[in-house]
Amino acid sequence: MKSTRRSFIQKTALFSGAFCLGFDWFQANGKEVSMVQTTMESGRFNAFLAIDPSGKIILYSPNPEIGQGIKTAFPVVVAEELDVDWKDVEVRQANLDTQNFERQLTGGSGALKHSWERLRKAGATARKMFIQAASQTWNVDASTCKTSKGFVLGPKGQKASYGSLVAIASKLPVPTEVTYKNRKDYQIIGKRTKGVDNKNVVTGKPVFGLDIEKPGMVIAQIIRPPFGATLKSFDAADALKMPGIVDVVSFKNKVAIVGKSTWEVMKARATVSCKYDSGDFDSDSTHQKWFDEGMKTDKATVQRKDGDFAAALARSAKVVEATYECPFISHSPMEPMNFFADVRADGTVLLAGPTQVPQSAQKAVASLLKIDEKKVEVELSKMGGGFGRRLNNDFALDAAELSSIIKKPVKVMWTREDDMGGGIYRPAARYHFKAGLDASGNMIAFYLRGVGINAGNATRQDNFPVGAIENVLVESVNQVSAVTTGPWRAPITNFLGYAEQAFLDEVAEAGGKDPVQMRLDWLARAKSNPVGKITYEPDRFIEVIKQAAEKSNWKKKPGVHQGFSVYFSHLSYVAQVADAQIVDGKAKITHVTAVTDCGEVVNLSGAENQIKGAIIDGMGHALYAKLRFNDGVASPTNFNGYRLIKGNEIPTINAYFVDNGIEPTGLGEPALPPTGGSIANALYAATKKRLYKQPFEV
Amino acid sequence: MSLDIDPNTPLLWALRDHMSLKGTKYGCGIAQCGACTVWVNGEATRSCVLPISAVANADITTIEGLSDHGDHPVQVAWDELDVPQCGYCQAGQIMTAASFLKKKPNPSKTEIVDGMSGNICRCGTYHRIQEAVKLASEIASKKKTKSTVKKSA
Ligand code: FES
Ligand code: FES
Repeated sequence: MKSTRRSFIQKTALFSGAFCLGFDWFQANGKEVSMVQTTMESGRFNAFLAIDPSGKIILYSPNPEIGQGIKTAFPVVVAEELDVDWKDVEVRQANLDTQNFERQLTGGSGALKHSWERLRKAGATARKMFIQAASQTWNVDASTCKTSKGFVLGPKGQKASYGSLVAIASKLPVPTEVTYKNRKDYQIIGKRTKGVDNKNVVTGKPVFGLDIEKPGMVIAQIIRPPFGATLKSFDAADALKMPGIVDVVSFKNKVAIVGKSTWEVMKARATVSCKYDSGDFDSDSTHQKWFDEGMKTDKATVQRKDGDFAAALARSAKVVEATYECPFISHSPMEPMNFFADVRADGTVLLAGPTQVPQSAQKAVASLLKIDEKKVEVELSKMGGGFGRRLNNDFALDAAELSSIIKKPVKVMWTREDDMGGGIYRPAARYHFKAGLDASGNMIAFYLRGVGINAGNATRQDNFPVGAIENVLVESVNQVSAVTTGPWRAPITNFLGYAEQAFLDEVAEAGGKDPVQMRLDWLARAKSNPVGKITYEPDRFIEVIKQAAEKSNWKKKPGVHQGFSVYFSHLSYVAQVADAQIVDGKAKITHVTAVTDCGEVVNLSGAENQIKGAIIDGMGHALYAKLRFNDGVASPTNFNGYRLIKGNEIPTINAYFVDNGIEPTGLGEPALPPTGGSIANALYAATKKRLYKQPFEV
Repeated sequence: MSLDIDPNTPLLWALRDHMSLKGTKYGCGIAQCGACTVWVNGEATRSCVLPISAVANADITTIEGLSDHGDHPVQVAWDELDVPQCGYCQAGQIMTAASFLKKKPNPSKTEIVDGMSGNICRCGTYHRIQEAVKLASEIASKKKTKSTVKKSA
């Protein structure tokens, strides 16, 4: 990777005795940045690393924290290369700063992959400057000096803290070339680092969006129409007379109840009645009809074609065919949607709250209000989960529009019912697979058609085993609906992964093959002689598969029924073996073994959390989650009807990581896609019943 | 402490909106998730469905009041084992765990699982929650031994 000095790092003037290196975490290669300014008085900093004379290091973490642990992982990398003691580091959340950050968002499990090199360079550059400062002071050659835990050590036992070297170091030119630590010398990377927000969380500090309180702020809740419906009229006469109610206004088919406190707004809201037009709005039966039509149409989009699928199928000795289906589901982060907006008379806007994409919130609000983006300031808050839901800024737009109408700072709060009933759901999809096997049980033809409802391309046409199979045809059909959909943790693959991995289990069985060996054979083929282009690295696939088979005692556990799956997504590889056992006459998933290759593990504690969390998430939703639609209205809308997995329903999980030192890749999502498949296959092994539909338990 | 608000106001919203105690969280409003768990007279209770009229003379403890310096054994264990992911459910989990441990200072694994399974964690931190309850019980019993020793000395 190339990175020039000027495009990477800039030194700033001293202020209050601190050494500030503005480092651009997100600067694209080759692009020049202007001098980084650190102006204390505005309260807004650019990305920077500051070391004050006491040796305290402050790192601003730009990406929104949603529970993926980025606010801990990023600074770990900088601190490692800077060579400081982790306990001397203080991490703060940066607000939206489009001038100095790129990719200041949470999504796609892409943050570490994107920033790894930039973070290392930021730390290593500063470290080098401290060495230079010390060597000048001691009049020794810089190459004879070392660093350790925030100190420079000289050849004759000299020792100076970074803090004491701040004044000199800050006047040095920024070095153009730096060397990185050898990974065997890592002190922090790869170890267990606790979340930097833990203390705030366990003591109940107001760090979430829902906790935001600003002077003069009112509270609002919004009644949203059924999907596809138009608001005809509403009656808020009673509500307006109720205590604490400030206003009831309508915009864009919605009715907002504005008041002084949450409870007063909730009570008043219950008295508001809304009338909508009637029409043929989405119901479950509509969706089934669209799936049927989508499966029959000759207008599907061809996503990938290798060889001649139809001819190969015709000459197959055996054909396996199956249909899989997944429903709409809600993200249901524990913190329901909420957002604060203050559209002020002077034309400026303050937005604050939980969003995965603050920059798009800024842009969308600026365009809604027809003002310059620079007038919109965005403060980031910690997010009580999101799982993709907070990639859609509908909540920020609602808050801004309402504030502009009522001319007051307002926090719009969604009840759980609003959140589940007014979602940007995971799209529903149906998949049809066909496999043609030759006389020896080898798959020679593979077909997939994915029909999604507002899913775009519901397939991922380059997914393994594509690349290892001679004749492939992958097609997609998108049916358009008024039900709003969007990315849900591991978009598309969160349900496609289950369907593919469950179908491949059928293929193995029909061909008389072991599911693990069958995949290893395909990967050998993909490696030596790939069919068309492949997007995965066969060797990395092979390694996670082999380790998972070994660590799970694949098919060597008496009384235990195992299911296998493996998936490549977000540039990481995860192989899983799920164990099912019959408990009280019922098949139950009791254990999951997961082997992950995400390259270098930056924070082992956080990494384990992501793997276990994603498996529990994938399992819970595969077992229980389903939203129904009736005339444009979703149900259920709260946890009494919409079942989330609980602590007494989880399997034990062993999470292993491949130790290969490759640049780190994503971890927030990759363990989820293989989960539905591993547990479906284990449950099949236990019951001999294939599970063709999520949720498995209805 | 007196509040001049509608007596039907759920304790959750009285705490959050009128007393500026935002540590107690809203998750469902219908006693299903446990995010709003506080102690009423020492008992873990879901504050989202409890009108303030019902707690007129009660002793209420929220996450903010669990310990003076964030050093209740449950809080220490939660940090030590790095339990939180997004963290939103954790105040409710901690209040549930701390109350559970008062009744069962040396719980078995099954008792911990049962005692903690009423609280939802959407991020799936359940394994570490269960491990942290165990650790908290160990921290608490060590503390107790220490203070007993001190007293008798
Ligand atoms: S908010 Fe009270 S139990 Fe969910
Ligand atoms: S830590 Fe996110 S909901 Fe529990």
